[in-house]
Amino acid sequence: MRFTATVDVSLRPGIADPEGATIERALPALGISSVTKVRAGQSFVFDVEAASADEATAIATDLATRLLANPVIEDSTVRVEAR
Amino acid sequence: MTAAVVVFPGSNCEHDAVSGLELAGTTAELVWHTETDLSRFDLVVLPGGFAHGDYLRPGALARISPVMDAVGAFAAKGGPVVGICNGFQVLTEAGLLPGALQKNNHLTFNCKDSVLEVASSRSVLTSGVAVGTKLSIPINHFSGSYVCAEETLRALHDNDQVVLRYVENPNGSLDDIAGISNVAGNVVGLMPHPERACSTLLGSTDGLVLLQALVGAAQLA
Repeated sequence: MRFTATVDVSLRPGIADPEGATIERALPALGISSVTKVRAGQSFVFDVEAASADEATAIATDLATRLLANPVIEDSTVRVEAR
Repeated sequence: MTAAVVVFPGSNCEHDAVSGLELAGTTAELVWHTETDLSRFDLVVLPGGFAHGDYLRPGALARISPVMDAVGAFAAKGGPVVGICNGFQVLTEAGLLPGALQKNNHLTFNCKDSVLEVASSRSVLTSGVAVGTKLSIPINHFSGSYVCAEETLRALHDNDQVVLRYVENPNGSLDDIAGISNVAGNVVGLMPHPERACSTLLGSTDGLVLLQALVGAAQLA
């Protein structure tokens, strides 16, 4: 079976996020004043060939923890959907 | 005595590294990142640049280049390994040094001279250089802010692994850290570029102090 996996990578709480902070500081120029706590991250989408959703999740999680996220500063979440 | 300067796709400071090492008294060879055996070399340098385009994170893809198993094996035998700038990022991603290099605070790209203070004489890059020595060496980076867990920082202090500190912190680095070593002291990573401070024509020869210490340490290893 083929699955589509989405891995979201975000900086761990407490790790400074100068990119998110810079975006947040720019918002008043757009007239937006109700948005706070902007955090930047990365999202990865890929297909996985696997026998089950559990197996696809395990493969995507392995990729997320070994490459896509740096566990020293980042967390990752994994979602898998059958295609 | 021969130094290996590893070249990843996207490295751009490898010729400066070779030149600096030669001025410090060793021959040096460029080694492509597909090399799998570094045992014929006496020291290994991972130079600055943008290995694999810095895609994903600086160093994240370089650390799975074939040469990195050989770098790990060379380091495990006590061989001197130094990562400069992008090379430092590669060493942290590879787990050969603790912590990580995060985007500079204020998102500034730093390209300027920096004054460093030697914090340990125990590493291969600072052996014989007195603690407290001030060195003027340029920095050139976007992701040079050193971060690590609290217990990691404690271990860095307890094991005398902080090698160089900025006198004026340019990027938000924890504890003003500009360079660290592994516990044994034979693997060192630093964000500043000593190879760019090896000639009076370029404004400083302070980088040569570090590269000469490195070559000296490699001769003893």
